[in-house]
Amino acid sequence: MLAFILRRLMQSVLVLVVVVLLAFTMFRFVGDPVNQIVSLDTPAEQVAEVRKSLGLDDPVPVQIMRYLYHVVQFDFGISYQFRQPVVDLLAERAPATLELALMSSLISLLVGIPMGVYTALRRDGFFARLFQSISLIGVSLPTFLIGILLIYLFAVTLGWLPSFGRGQVVTVYGRWTTGFLTVSGLKALILPSITLGLYQMTLIMRLVRSEMLEVLRADHIKFARARGLTTHSIHFRHALKSTLVPVITIAGLQLGSIIAFAVITETVFQWPGMGALFLKAVQNVDIPIMAAYLMIISALFVSINMIVDLLYAFVDPRLRTTIKN
Amino acid sequence: MRLYARLIVSLIYKIGIEDWRAEILSSLGAVYYGGLSMKRAMFALALASALLSGTAGAKTLRYANQGDLKSLDPYTLNETTTNAHINNVYEGLVRRDRELKIVPALAERWENPEPTRWRFYLRKGVKFHNGEEFTADDVLFSADRIRQQGSNHTTRIPKDAKFVKVDDYTVDVILGTPNPILLNQWEYWMIVSKKWSEANGSAAPTPPNAQTPSYISLNANGTGPFKIESHQPGVKTVFKPNAAWWDKPSHNLDDVVFTPISSDATRVAALLSGEVDIIEPVPIQDIQRVNSAANTQVLSGPELRTIYLGMDQTRDELLESNVKGKNPFKDKRVREAFYKAIDIETIKTRVMRGLSTPSALMIAPELFVFSKDFVRPKFDPDGAKKLLAEAGYPDGFEVGFDCPNDRYVNDGPICQAIIGMLARVGIKVNGLIQPKAQYFAKVLKPNGFKTSFYLLGWTPNTLDSHNVLYDIIGCRDDEKSARGETNLGGYCNKQVDALADQVLGESDQAKRNQLIKQAFQLAVDDYAYIPLHQQALAWGVSKSLKLTQRADNAVVLNWIVKD
Repeated sequence: MLAFILRRLMQSVLVLVVVVLLAFTMFRFVGDPVNQIVSLDTPAEQVAEVRKSLGLDDPVPVQIMRYLYHVVQFDFGISYQFRQPVVDLLAERAPATLELALMSSLISLLVGIPMGVYTALRRDGFFARLFQSISLIGVSLPTFLIGILLIYLFAVTLGWLPSFGRGQVVTVYGRWTTGFLTVSGLKALILPSITLGLYQMTLIMRLVRSEMLEVLRADHIKFARARGLTTHSIHFRHALKSTLVPVITIAGLQLGSIIAFAVITETVFQWPGMGALFLKAVQNVDIPIMAAYLMIISALFVSINMIVDLLYAFVDPRLRTTIKN
Repeated sequence: MRLYARLIVSLIYKIGIEDWRAEILSSLGAVYYGGLSMKRAMFALALASALLSGTAGAKTLRYANQGDLKSLDPYTLNETTTNAHINNVYEGLVRRDRELKIVPALAERWENPEPTRWRFYLRKGVKFHNGEEFTADDVLFSADRIRQQGSNHTTRIPKDAKFVKVDDYTVDVILGTPNPILLNQWEYWMIVSKKWSEANGSAAPTPPNAQTPSYISLNANGTGPFKIESHQPGVKTVFKPNAAWWDKPSHNLDDVVFTPISSDATRVAALLSGEVDIIEPVPIQDIQRVNSAANTQVLSGPELRTIYLGMDQTRDELLESNVKGKNPFKDKRVREAFYKAIDIETIKTRVMRGLSTPSALMIAPELFVFSKDFVRPKFDPDGAKKLLAEAGYPDGFEVGFDCPNDRYVNDGPICQAIIGMLARVGIKVNGLIQPKAQYFAKVLKPNGFKTSFYLLGWTPNTLDSHNVLYDIIGCRDDEKSARGETNLGGYCNKQVDALADQVLGESDQAKRNQLIKQAFQLAVDDYAYIPLHQQALAWGVSKSLKLTQRADNAVVLNWIVKD
């Protein structure tokens, strides 16, 4: 088991290094960071000086090695735009992204599962068909469009909810800012988390539906029916339970992508999270922020995958023996 | 690993969802490129405007801008939004009034006894926000600090200018060469406190390669009408009035909350829903919508920036053209033909929806008194064709065209219109319309001016013609000189350079204007550039506000009165 974990850790480090390599190759095409630092009428010699001081005139491999050298010491550099350590900037914005991701996952589970069960049980009912059509919207409409639509309906036309920002936030445990403790903070969470969670919600709904349909045909359900158990007990105690295993897997894995792809939702709602910071950094060619964000997100994915792998090994005895050998 | 991967694949396959990664990528792309048209569709969807206005009570101004307030250090970045914001907190020796005229601020008055010597009498009794007295030491310190490495405002004070303290409230400035427009860029040379900066490790501006965070980029201590109450870079900044300000405030605000909102649709929505009182800018296509709402309106006026087209006139063969062995733009007739092929009125009415002022000069009319004497040559496609034929291109030619799409108002659509207009006279223009980060990386000096034909905008930061004659129209043949550094096409006329040098040294305003006029006339006769227009400012404001919109697009909080 230990060997397995070690092997996986080695692989993860390799993945992170590859991410850095890819990222630095990509940065060549994002534009010239120096132009974003100086203004159009800065004397050329000064521009050259800035470029040299940032080491941007070195060959790419040298830049990559230097970056890796700093990263292993947990030094992610200073943002070109803000002149603040990237770690501080990201740490300041992480609570916003994580709270949004948590809320979206909750919404997608709490709404997605019941809708999935319902559509599986009343396959031809009017509401089942309605939910199915709604889920199609969730899958096919791009996030930013849903976001803008919600803003125009609930913020501009009805005036119920705010169109941007996090509302009033409270600082707890020193650095963590939360919107969960104020009314305006909670109100501000609603639209963005629906926007971000809609895709997951439809995914989960469709997953639950198809799993449920399959499980309902399985032998143990037939047997339960034969035993004369109530329909309620069959549906919710036996069928739903065996449906939930893949749902939990998917929901867990999707948490990573919710955090990673909050970029669009955060930009539409001016949500002060890491994703919005990243998008701004791309526009301003703020390489330290871009590189650090990509590292964090890939570390997130790598660790989620690793945890899932380990859990599988833990849960499934067959897999455990394979690992041992 | 393999087992679980197969599970995922089979699950995704089972629920019949196509590649979700593709969906995410496409929506990312759409945010960049499709945002505008989508938004228009949204307006059709938006029903009646039952707008809820925000809470009144304490006079809080909520202000949203497209751009961030990145650093509070007044010397770190040199761009309009940042300068204008910080100017509410820090002040210069001079400031500009509502008509952009230079008026005294921290300097009470000044004199220029000899062409190379200026004497400034500082205002007495001015205090920084932390209570320190403002004195000549702070001026000397700031003059050094702004010219150090890491500052982006080094050009605001001549390199060789010496600052001499006469007494605590008098400073002499000794110049190497006479400079009648010395004060022109000093409104954004903001005075920082010597003691405070030194005590907080901010004696020098933070260079981009700094290894430690800079105190002054998160904290402010100015002399201006507003203090910074809290600042979260890129998220939110709260200003409070400075009760101890030396001047009488014109505003009636109790606090100001600034939030950057980068998404156009969201910014407009926030104004319409009453969550913010003022937004800058309003996208052109949303102006009607903002004006037709009950509680909001658009304030617009001409901006000082001139949008223009430039052509590579130095290379012997264009980088991006099918004409080989020669450079068509070296022929004045070709440049004239391009000029005449552009229908500026159509750009104004169709692309800019009336919000532009066609320009015949490379400087805004507000900044040069004789602008009215210049008129654009008439739009004349037939004449353009004839000129092209005379120059030896009866069937036109192909040329590359560089253009930003996120820098100026509707820059992408302007370029598309120009491509169409030139096609009508036989010029096949291959447009490369891209985000400013890539665009500037390609065309500017560090990359060797790699462009044949381009669109650019320019506001002289001195608000004076000499800057245009020197930076844009001046020859760039002398490697050592900074002349012509933004002259991407390399137009060169030594007579213009000679006149520009005379302009710099001439302190008689009437004579000076005549010299400027002569220089501009030479460039116009050469068809050195194709000026297009001054774009319009567009601020969306709540009707409860009274404020002044200055042509340099600075939001001056001191001039805002809220009902």
